Amino acid sequence: MIIDSRRQAEHARCRRIVAAGDYYMEPLERGCTLRILDIEGNQAADTLFFSLADPAERYSAMDTIREQGNIYLSAGTTLVSNRGNAMLDIVADTCGRHDTLGGACASESNTVRYALEKKCMHACRDNWMLAVSRREEYGLTKRDITHNINFFMNVPVTPEGGLSFEDGISGAGKYVELTACMDVIVLISNCPQLNNPCNGYNPTPIEILIWDE
Amino acid sequence: MAEIFPDEETMYEDCIEGGAHWSLLMRRGTILRLTDIEGGANVGMLFYNPLDKLERYNAPDTLKCQHTFKLTRGHCLYSDMGRIFCSIVEDSLGWHDSVGGNLSEKTLAKKYRVTSYQEARNERTLSGEHGFAVELAKYGLGVRDLAANVNWFSKVATDQAGNMRFVREHSPAGATVALRFEMDTLVVLHTCPHPMNPATPYPSRPVAYQIRKAPPLRDDDPCMNFRPENKRGFQNNAIYHLTGGYRDY
Repeated sequence: MIIDSRRQAEHARCRRIVAAGDYYMEPLERGCTLRILDIEGNQAADTLFFSLADPAERYSAMDTIREQGNIYLSAGTTLVSNRGNAMLDIVADTCGRHDTLGGACASESNTVRYALEKKCMHACRDNWMLAVSRREEYGLTKRDITHNINFFMNVPVTPEGGLSFEDGISGAGKYVELTACMDVIVLISNCPQLNNPCNGYNPTPIEILIWDE
Repeated sequence: MAEIFPDEETMYEDCIEGGAHWSLLMRRGTILRLTDIEGGANVGMLFYNPLDKLERYNAPDTLKCQHTFKLTRGHCLYSDMGRIFCSIVEDSLGWHDSVGGNLSEKTLAKKYRVTSYQEARNERTLSGEHGFAVELAKYGLGVRDLAANVNWFSKVATDQAGNMRFVREHSPAGATVALRFEMDTLVVLHTCPHPMNPATPYPSRPVAYQIRKAPPLRDDDPCMNFRPENKRGFQNNAIYHLTGGYRDY
């Protein structure tokens, strides 16, 4: 569902550009709203959320899609935790549909999907490994890194049970906005993937904007 | 029901009643064959590498590597490290679920009359969350180690708009699925209902399982040749086993 936001960028408390292949890991307090802006278009933002109070509680892709009865995320979706609690609401979305089944790219899965020789190419999972290593204060490890949201990514599923990665339906200036229902840690990998159309074969920066209300 | 060497190709067979949980170590080159005895069963299952339990079943990688939303014969079940835990070498159903998730304590209490052990003894109503928690703790793992599980014998279909639908009466009595293990794997399972199964009261369905020895892997193996991705997955396993001292099966 396409819903525009009335929030103005100049009123944002925080604005930060995240370059392609970098990560963003910061807390977001309950009631605050986060916008992820696809600056140049066709860029995948691989995203995880954890409860700040107890990071063992985390975004659950399977609980989220089952509770809403639909595999695609958009405005109106409530992101549900592995304990069945509401973590964030998607309150605006100018893209219309986001994936949460395709998971993130990893060096190891790249060997399977593309070629064994591609194993040292940068991948989202490496970003997350670096993030949990550097930000020890959050107490996260590899066991906490599970199935993510791919904002701006198009992964259609057919009634016959097929699944494919298609060219993005996002474009320059499209965005998604989420309001936190609890204090959360936001962990985003701005996807470096060069081997499939999820980034249009050209990873580009995203911008993070935060409003207090 | 438990029998050791009941016939030439089967090394062991037993039954797990409905609403129960169990775990076992499967060795490379063996087959785990599941049978839905009465129809309408669900087997929630997770996979871990016993040598490094941080390596675990990854449903998104499994689905995207094979461009599929469902699991059936020919598909391989991938770990997050690009290796194949097991291949589906036999399947009478054509569709098993890996996106519906697991029955939580909360959902159990919402849908069913929950019975305690004091009240119902071993016929009590258990959640999949309870089952996985107990089995994982046996290996030093906890609920933080949970990931999206497979739900054998269950089908969740979608329409063009992405709406999900649990397909009732998908699995008839006698339905089977067989997994051939491509590396040593810790298998954690429960027979609790699928979280989207609307049936009430609590559907309790037993499942039989057999452990068999796999025939030697051939170059024209249908799972290895199902997609070019699977060939590379098998290559990753071969590299992993170079230093492992395992014979080829």
